[in-house]
Amino acid sequence: MINLNINQKSYEVDADPDMPLLWAIRDLVGLTGTKYGCGVAQCGACVVHLNGEAVRSCVTKVSRAEGKKIVTIEGLSKNNDHPLQLAWNEVNVPQCGYCHSGQLMSAAVLLRENPNPTDEDIDSAMSGNICRCGTYPRIRKAIHLAAELHKKEGGTK
Amino acid sequence: MAVILSMIGIMAFGLSTLNNRPNVTGETIQKIKKDSIASVRAFEQVYQVLMSPRCMNCHPSGDIPLQGDDSHLHEMHPKRGQDGKGVFAMKCANCHQPNNTPGLHTPPGNPDWHLPPADMKMVFQGKTAHELAKQLVNPKQNGNKSMKQLLEHADDGLVLSGWNSGEGRSQPPMSHAAFKKAWETWINTGAYAPKSK
Repeated sequence: MINLNINQKSYEVDADPDMPLLWAIRDLVGLTGTKYGCGVAQCGACVVHLNGEAVRSCVTKVSRAEGKKIVTIEGLSKNNDHPLQLAWNEVNVPQCGYCHSGQLMSAAVLLRENPNPTDEDIDSAMSGNICRCGTYPRIRKAIHLAAELHKKEGGTK
Repeated sequence: MAVILSMIGIMAFGLSTLNNRPNVTGETIQKIKKDSIASVRAFEQVYQVLMSPRCMNCHPSGDIPLQGDDSHLHEMHPKRGQDGKGVFAMKCANCHQPNNTPGLHTPPGNPDWHLPPADMKMVFQGKTAHELAKQLVNPKQNGNKSMKQLLEHADDGLVLSGWNSGEGRSQPPMSHAAFKKAWETWINTGAYAPKSK
């Protein structure tokens, strides 16, 4: 059994140490907000936070995640009110929506490390998250809005 | 003489220079026996390896690593960052695991995956053998390495991973043992640079 701390909750999972973390999160724990896209770290749909870093859970083995803090889209905020989630809603960013849990998790790392990103910073941070619907302009706009919301809140999230 | 050597700064790395370096052991010094012809010949082997995709791809001239046997710009355009480990949500270790990911052309792995840092980029791409040899022995351009540390660098974990690069990638043009032998020969015979062309 492997112990995983996901969204501040402890889970004992019966998994091979080489199992991709994505499998454990979705199939064993039942948190299905994180999506499977390519399976080879090329698209970003499966991004979760591992000790605060935006890892791709499709290629991250559960053995790497053991003993670390995992945050999925379900744990990004308590009431879906992370500035990014509010901004995503305000700008109506998603089209099909499939990639957006990964987009949000990547954007959250950007805002944590750079609360006032430029367009160039956003492109550098988000270039590994592919959106087949092409919502990139709205993603960029929403990240700028989230930065504003974050500032108004006094940077508490 | 078949090989005409340039009298460049590297030649200053003789015994007198090494004796002034506090972190070079007596054992290392004793091994050095200057032989410019053997040294340059050995560096020709070293250069072939360093300019192979497995080494050069992470020593790019720009701030985006290279990828594949054709050394194209890394897909997704990850950036070097100050510490060489990427930026924001695009850090090397987000995709590059401690070990190779199974499957064809999947991300190769190493616990210490990184580019050289922004303040010392240690570029290989585009360098002639002359330029690269000079760069490698200059502590201001080689990551502050002494000659002893440079010798040891042949066994660095990330260097070794070039010979364990995952499915679908070519190997460097010689074995690690052959590379290490050439590397040590180059340094232990005076670390001479091939002539500038």
